[in-house]
Amino acid sequence: MSKRLVELKSVTKSYGNVNAVENVSLYVDEGEVLGLIGDNGAGKSTLIKILSGVHAPDSGEIYVKGQKVSRWNAAKSREAGIETVYQDRALVAQQTIVRNIFMGREITNFLGFMDMKKQHSEAERLMREIGFTSKVFNPSSLVATLSGGERQGVAIARALYYDADLIILDEPTTALSLTETQKVFSFIQAVKDKGRSVIFIGHNIYHVYDIADRFAVLDRGKVVLEALKSEVPSAEILIQNMHSIARTGHIGAEPVELRGGIRLGDN
Amino acid sequence: MAVVSVPRDPAKPRRNPIRAFVNDNRRAFSAGLILIIMLASFTLANPSVFTNPLTYRSVFVTLPVAIFLVVPLVFIITGGEIDLAFPATMGFSSWAFAIAVRDGWDPFAAMAVAVVLGLLLGSLIGMLVVYANLSSLIATIGMNFFLRGLINIGAQGFSIAIPDLRKTFMYSVFSGGANAAIPYQMFWALGFVLLGWFLYNRHRFGARVHCVGDNPDSSAEMGINVKRVRISLFMFVGVGAALAGVFSVLINFVWWPTTGDGFLLPALAAVFVGGTPAWGGVGTLVGGAVGSTIVSFIETGVIAAGLTGFYTQFFYGLIIILSLIGHRFNGRRYR
Repeated sequence: MSKRLVELKSVTKSYGNVNAVENVSLYVDEGEVLGLIGDNGAGKSTLIKILSGVHAPDSGEIYVKGQKVSRWNAAKSREAGIETVYQDRALVAQQTIVRNIFMGREITNFLGFMDMKKQHSEAERLMREIGFTSKVFNPSSLVATLSGGERQGVAIARALYYDADLIILDEPTTALSLTETQKVFSFIQAVKDKGRSVIFIGHNIYHVYDIADRFAVLDRGKVVLEALKSEVPSAEILIQNMHSIARTGHIGAEPVELRGGIRLGDN
Repeated sequence: MAVVSVPRDPAKPRRNPIRAFVNDNRRAFSAGLILIIMLASFTLANPSVFTNPLTYRSVFVTLPVAIFLVVPLVFIITGGEIDLAFPATMGFSSWAFAIAVRDGWDPFAAMAVAVVLGLLLGSLIGMLVVYANLSSLIATIGMNFFLRGLINIGAQGFSIAIPDLRKTFMYSVFSGGANAAIPYQMFWALGFVLLGWFLYNRHRFGARVHCVGDNPDSSAEMGINVKRVRISLFMFVGVGAALAGVFSVLINFVWWPTTGDGFLLPALAAVFVGGTPAWGGVGTLVGGAVGSTIVSFIETGVIAAGLTGFYTQFFYGLIIILSLIGHRFNGRRYR
């Protein structure tokens, strides 16, 4: 029996009059890959930013390892073992790779002075393991001098560094080439093999289907569909259950009409 | 013939350490170059004055005041904010220092009071900017007028002369060395630069200031408390301004209701002449100290070169503009 790692209960968040996320409940078990699918503006990014502590929900509760959390913020979520690769990558472009990898979590002594040598060597090791860079990198390179894929590599490397219990990837493959995308998938598999959990957010349903153990579909701030992979024989079936999306295979190209609240396997 | 390309081993990136050092500090080096060119021109214009150590000594008497202001200003501009209230904070905290010393307090205790007051004023300004979500440029102009206004109302235009300060032990510690080649306050200022350098380049605080100034949204996403970093920056400027105020009273033995006013533009100019760009995320602390030196030498240099005081502002402008153009070729802007 797998244990709940994190759980959102009846979470609502609105910006002005717009309900970005409305009464959403979502959970991730230990060692599970959850695929989160939804149109642009469906509330995926808002939802994961609530989970990672960047946005505070207007109402609702967050549970981590069975404990209800209060005054949740980004620093606390990282301490609790949640690492996030944001859609905007959350990098600081004028700084070195080292500073980006350790931002907010510097290796310091008790006075707060950084161990520059250790940060440098750790960053070097990490970048080599990731093997994301095509040219000769060095940890002192500025992120602004890297290509889009390499920047994504830095963001992913940062999330992998801390051996987090849950890694959230918000459309990590958008800017990547085919081989780089394959690499991201092998990272996710490696994370899963270690018994860690992943939330994978993607536009491409085939990608999400291949990698995820369970799916949740968001539409206009609500979870409209939740299914285990065992309940969905193929990506096509998943797509067929999402009507208009079936025509393109991608979410976002067409207006989405979903059957409200359907749960595959409920009946 | 087949061309075989051998990829370099990424484990061993080739990096000449000297070139890397120069490259990492190129903003500071170009500021140093400007200083050397400027001093060389002055020396050519009037060799007898600029080969005389007394000329340098006279600049070193007042240079520390500028350095205490410029070090925290480099931090706050790197952090993407600006504080234009530091002249009034300087005047306000040194006012407290002067009153306390006049009323018979131990000067060390009076100095501690001034520093705490600077810290409080800085945090007040910081909280105003951060929690009321105001533009730091405009809010600190307002605070500068407001605090200076309070000084004017309270002091009614009277200055405070404390000539007895010269006889105190505190004076001999911080501002002594009347017969030494380098006045003692210069060593305190250099110590402040050294402390600032470690804070800026080796401490978690400095790293986070760079991140916040570079991209506050990314910093918040990575769990950096952006508001706390910003308030700390204003507090640091408050402390620096208080120290500058105390040293200014120690040097002059007089507190004026206008103390600090004259530093607004020169101190900011020193930051930018030193090579810290205005857009945040990057900067150089050593460059800031060099920039203070450049700005402090301009007036002495112009007079010593045989020109009248009417020329000083002209040369201020010329040197600031030329040095900014120089930095333009050096520090490429990445966005």
